[in-house]
Amino acid sequence: MAQEKSMAIPEFLSKAELLKQGAEARVYRAEFLGKPTIVKERFPKRYRHPVLDEKLTHRRTVQEVRSILRCRRAGISAPVVYFVDYTSHCIFLEEIVGSSTVRDHIASTRQSDCSNELAWLAERVGQILAKMHEEDVVHGDLTTSNMLLRHQEDGESELFLIDFGLSYISALPEDKGVDLYVLEKAFLSTHPNTETLFERLLKSYAAASKKSSAVIKKLDEVRLRGRKRSMVG
Amino acid sequence: MTVVIGFEGSANKIGIGIIKDGEVLSNPRRTYITPPGQGFMPSDTARHHRAVILTVLKEALEQAGLKPADIDCVAYTKGPGMGAPLVTVALVARTVAQLWGKPLLGVNHCIGHIEMGRLITQANNPIVLYVSGGNTQVIAYSERRYRIFGETIDIAVGNCLDRFARVIKISNDPSPGYNIEQMAKKGSQYVELPYAVKGMDVSFSGILSYIEDASHKMLSSGQCAAEDLCFSLQETVFSMLVEITERAMAHCGSQEVLIVGGVGCNMRLQEMMGVMCKERGAKLFATDEQFCIDNGAMIAQAGWEMFRSGQVTELEDSWITQRYRTDEVEVTWRD
Repeated sequence: MAQEKSMAIPEFLSKAELLKQGAEARVYRAEFLGKPTIVKERFPKRYRHPVLDEKLTHRRTVQEVRSILRCRRAGISAPVVYFVDYTSHCIFLEEIVGSSTVRDHIASTRQSDCSNELAWLAERVGQILAKMHEEDVVHGDLTTSNMLLRHQEDGESELFLIDFGLSYISALPEDKGVDLYVLEKAFLSTHPNTETLFERLLKSYAAASKKSSAVIKKLDEVRLRGRKRSMVG
Repeated sequence: MTVVIGFEGSANKIGIGIIKDGEVLSNPRRTYITPPGQGFMPSDTARHHRAVILTVLKEALEQAGLKPADIDCVAYTKGPGMGAPLVTVALVARTVAQLWGKPLLGVNHCIGHIEMGRLITQANNPIVLYVSGGNTQVIAYSERRYRIFGETIDIAVGNCLDRFARVIKISNDPSPGYNIEQMAKKGSQYVELPYAVKGMDVSFSGILSYIEDASHKMLSSGQCAAEDLCFSLQETVFSMLVEITERAMAHCGSQEVLIVGGVGCNMRLQEMMGVMCKERGAKLFATDEQFCIDNGAMIAQAGWEMFRSGQVTELEDSWITQRYRTDEVEVTWRD
């Protein structure tokens, strides 16, 4: 049975549309049981030692599914997991139809200078991250490319978190602080001169949860660590 | 025609190089080598640099066949680096600039690596992986800055390798990293080590603590050989570096990678990066130890770019700093 399934997946993918090859996986668009589906295939990385590669790939597939489930149970928008295959390391996910990445959204909105809308978005991101951390999910790879925004007909927008491959469960403020630090660096390097926007994000993060203040304190510590880092050679 | 002389001595290498419009006229260098099990201390390193810097300067001028009058600008490393060696080298640069009546230019060491890599490989707009004893950064250029997309959140990859070499008493001649690379070629058993990638950032301190502890136990019980540990450490930390580089490429949509810095001349790292690039249809650029490892020409080359774009450093501003981030520098010579 398992053998049959793993044979069927390459065939299934060969008919699917390859959307992109990310750093982690190939991403396909297909239809699965009549639903628009995104298939994320973690293919072997030949530059890595095979033992290390298998271990990482398996662990990340498991972690991704686990964290999505945990987020969804807490009411955080993330794509539904339809199916997982641990032999070929494929995850079948709900396609968030009609969405764009927060990254593209910020880039296009900044040109047209709608600062109100961006402020709203930054606050929304802060809230959703506070909620995620409240569930002890540490994303591990927070960037504006890993957040999707779907505009709905009533004018409201829904924010989705994706790409949980580096995620893990931890209650430590340290881990959550590093999570925000990773986002801060990715945010400011991808969107130059948006310091005030990111501050807004952090403020809304701090206001959204009781656990936040310890995390923000850790974030300040991690930042200093970065600066203090010996920079020789 | 613009001729720039560059003084570099931010760590245990002292180098002076001369660049004439993209051509390296000379680039002599000396390395302060410590006994196995020991790192280099700032004051001893500065003493070493003081003892040889004038000999190296003479060599640089002689090999280039130039007189001081032929030089247009004196560039030196302003930082980042170790305080005492930086002060020593800046002092000599300041002195000769005044003796020769030439303008001074303080250069960011990391920018030196990037500009030298771009000059030698002709890479146009690559994602830069800068890996050395003190730095681990993934950099991309945008809007007049070299922006840091990913970096180590604790120690540098070269520092992790060097300190492991000290633990198992590997020779520092010519460099601990080179000797680990040679030993790793003879290793075959893969020992599982922690793997710490956080988005586009990495962490090495946990791996170092783990292997420091495990190596004594594993070596004394004969579970594995020192060569196996070198092999496993390289496989693990280089996988992390290739992974964050690939992440940055996917994030920025870039199809070029340039590796710079002392660890960048490791052939296993270059090989792994090459495999990743091939899978993505991207191009890898790397240089050999001549230009990867700290040298004077890289400071001259960054100085050349800065000087041509109209920058000079006044005498009263010609200080040094131990901390000087890559993204603090406004890149006035690129669009």
